[in-house]
Amino acid sequence: MLKTKPAADGHTPVGDSVPRLDAHDKVTGAAQFADDIQFGPGLLQARILRSPHAHALIKRLDVSRALALPGVKAIVTGEQTPGYIGLYLQDRHIFCRDRVRYIGDPVAGVAAVDEATAEQAVDLIEVEYEPLPAVFDPVEGTRPDAPLLHPDLGQYEAVNFIFPKPGSNISNHFKIRRGDVAGAWAQCAAVVEREYRVPHIQHVPIEPHVAVAKWDDKDKITLWASSQSPFAQRNLIAKALHLSQSQIQVIAPYVGGGFGAKAGVSMEALAVVIAGAVKGRPVKLRLTREEEFFTTFVRQGLVARFKVGCDQDGRLQALENTYYWDAGAYTEYGVNMTRAGGYSGTGPYDVPNVKVDSICVYTNHPVGGPMRGFGMPELHSGLEQAMDDLAHAVGVDPVEFRRRNCIRGGDIVATGMTMHPTGLPECIEKAAAAINWGHKSSPSAPNKRRGKGMAIMWKAPAMPPNAGSSARVQLNEDGTVMVSLGGQEIGQGTFTVMAQMAAAALGVPYDWVKVAGPIDTDSSPYEWQTVASRLTWSMGNAVSAAARDARRQILEMVAKAWKESPDDLDIVDGQVISYKSEEACSLKDLVIYGLPNPDGDGWIGGPVLGRGSFMPTYVTGLDPETGQGPRAVVHYTTGAQAVEIEVDLDTGKVEVLRAVAAFDVGKAINPDMVRAQMEGGLVQGISTAFFESLQLKNGRVLNPSFVDYRIATAADAPPQLEAIIVEVPQDDGPWGARGIGEHSMVPTIPAIANALYDAVGIRLEAPPFTAEKVYLAMRAAGVVQ
Amino acid sequence: MAMHRITFTLNGARERVEVPSNQTLLQLLRERLALTGTKNGCTAGECGACTVLWNGEPVNSCLVLAVECDGTEVVTVEGLAHDRQLDPVQTALLEAGGVQCGFCTPGVLLSARALLDRNPRPSDYEIRDALTGNLCRCTGYLRIIEAVKAAARAAEPA
Repeated sequence: MLKTKPAADGHTPVGDSVPRLDAHDKVTGAAQFADDIQFGPGLLQARILRSPHAHALIKRLDVSRALALPGVKAIVTGEQTPGYIGLYLQDRHIFCRDRVRYIGDPVAGVAAVDEATAEQAVDLIEVEYEPLPAVFDPVEGTRPDAPLLHPDLGQYEAVNFIFPKPGSNISNHFKIRRGDVAGAWAQCAAVVEREYRVPHIQHVPIEPHVAVAKWDDKDKITLWASSQSPFAQRNLIAKALHLSQSQIQVIAPYVGGGFGAKAGVSMEALAVVIAGAVKGRPVKLRLTREEEFFTTFVRQGLVARFKVGCDQDGRLQALENTYYWDAGAYTEYGVNMTRAGGYSGTGPYDVPNVKVDSICVYTNHPVGGPMRGFGMPELHSGLEQAMDDLAHAVGVDPVEFRRRNCIRGGDIVATGMTMHPTGLPECIEKAAAAINWGHKSSPSAPNKRRGKGMAIMWKAPAMPPNAGSSARVQLNEDGTVMVSLGGQEIGQGTFTVMAQMAAAALGVPYDWVKVAGPIDTDSSPYEWQTVASRLTWSMGNAVSAAARDARRQILEMVAKAWKESPDDLDIVDGQVISYKSEEACSLKDLVIYGLPNPDGDGWIGGPVLGRGSFMPTYVTGLDPETGQGPRAVVHYTTGAQAVEIEVDLDTGKVEVLRAVAAFDVGKAINPDMVRAQMEGGLVQGISTAFFESLQLKNGRVLNPSFVDYRIATAADAPPQLEAIIVEVPQDDGPWGARGIGEHSMVPTIPAIANALYDAVGIRLEAPPFTAEKVYLAMRAAGVVQ
Repeated sequence: MAMHRITFTLNGARERVEVPSNQTLLQLLRERLALTGTKNGCTAGECGACTVLWNGEPVNSCLVLAVECDGTEVVTVEGLAHDRQLDPVQTALLEAGGVQCGFCTPGVLLSARALLDRNPRPSDYEIRDALTGNLCRCTGYLRIIEAVKAAARAAEPA
């Protein structure tokens, strides 16, 4: 683990809440996003013809009338895209070929001189469909007589940790079998069985997806995109089009919110294929807000069945959970979310007997994909309510119950891995203390009731076992530092944190460091994807390795020039100093032009260029039948949230009065930005708890606009929110750090649900907890007349 | 499409342009004048990312036609700073950590500026109310609200 080197004044950039690198440009409007890049009058606009059917065969497709429209430059269809594309399971064509599987599935793409013309051309394309029976429920989708979405499932290419079941709608089934679950129920003093559902929601980045593609006459492709995954996009699109990765250059400026929606490939390949038909001209595809709600990724729906039991002391004995993921028409990315939901399916608990089934089911719904939390908000939503119910059933206080059962360092988790040191018990204590657990405050009016609730969580980065990061650290003539990397700034602040790490590892002030942008796959070092809350840890390791490499080069050069040992030298505040000879030299005087040779003529050294890369090497496979293996994941970030709410008995409206978040981040590289992640995630969690649901009817999203799909506004943020940092270091994290970006919204729904139970004694089957649902449940329970 | 010659004040300078009848102010700013600080999040007046000041009032520029701007005054995020001095709401938002992805930021800044211009000492409720038209998915709003309070305090005579 790296130690932080203090500067001369005792100040170090790591652990300091320095201002964001990108904030100035973002408050002046100078920060460039993908849609801001100017392409001049040659730019063509693209629009997409989408399937109006949830499930149908394409019988006839005629583009001739559309092509004849003046201003239309090209139309592409599935004929141009015979190959398959997908991250973990290649189960989709870029444009549909013979079959459409959800309302919104892309059938054809038009490039025209302007958007209006492209839109008009889309309307002129003639398609004849033969509607097929459809699947709209994941449990029904697993039945043997269910309509099949992917008859070719057995032929699809998949990574070796995904197990599709050909001849069914199940594209992955992850199992844990540990101990004797069937025998354990008899030992239990209390058993709780519940079914909870989680609706589909959408990420709602404020910046819609945008991609601009240009294809030159030598088949070199440039793609400018709002992207969390420039390298993965290059890789997947190249494979699907049978090109070499080096033929595609992805340029990705600042991302105006991602939350997973801009990971993998969602719409970018459409622009690339359309541009292939109008070589030499850039083609822009910018999704409308309406398209944003159902044609990129959405968060999968979940039907979750829990059975949990404990002994009379409230010690968990057995857990049998089944997760049916309503994963949508294509599960190329979603399969791994259901895997993550499987191996983390016990939640952060120490349970001796475990049976978990996490089943990824194709449905004729929008495409499920990664969203902040990657399955964890969904499964914790019901799990943490079931645990609360179990605590009540056995007469143990819910916080005490979590204290007794939560996962601790050294425990064997349900997959057989030994848990690393974790601050989860400390998070529980701190969150409970901050919310003043155990004390009920008086409501603000006689028609109101107050309640408190807590939920805990864990989440591991879900990724291939060997997802890697790399970085370069270059020194400039003036001694300042340029860090090149391939992870994306999507608002989480990664550029700032990487600059802090580079500064600390090298020994220069933070404001000497810049991060090279935009990310460009032709010049930026490789990064797998900006997902999984993995950058602080993984890319951080690469950046600090690169900075240490540059530091080593500098010290070796100076040691030679000064005839000293590098061990006696240090870099402090941008100066190389010798503790032995007390000599000093500014970096600017040596990092480009080297130093004079002390033994005569000539020079030593040269431009300093540090390199670093990181890839975890220790993650193992898991047995497909039992889910057992030595090390399922790299690590778990854990945490707890607690809320105090007030319920209006007359209206059912619920108000969050106070919220507390406590997470173990290993080491907060930038404490203020860590707290900002905890706050933003918690409010996003509140938004999903009270407002958000894609209203699906026969596969159609009925509310694809901000008017009908409401997200939290400034009026909905709680009056008080406390974010607490816990630091139990990660052995292979830079300075001990691990991720926090996604975790902060994982326990929010169940914390609120548990508070609702505490306040008025009701449980709702599914969020959002609208006033109407709360009121009707209170009436059904006899809380109100 | 009929063209119209309009003259208006944009960020303090006189601007003369010819615009088609159906062009929105947002299109004029972003596509014609390359002032891309003003963002397009929904093109339907729902997200607030395209907020600009129109004769001092915050409006969704995607709902204003460019021809309507003839003889009026428009301020975008690019016009908030003067002589490289950031507006107090810009400084406050930066210092409060109220910026993450930054896509809603220009609109938030202009709504905040308009609020403080008409109400120099807004209450917590008034700040939240003034910002409800600016959706933010990253920050959870609390730091933005704190920033507006800080900007109000900074403007008070010492």
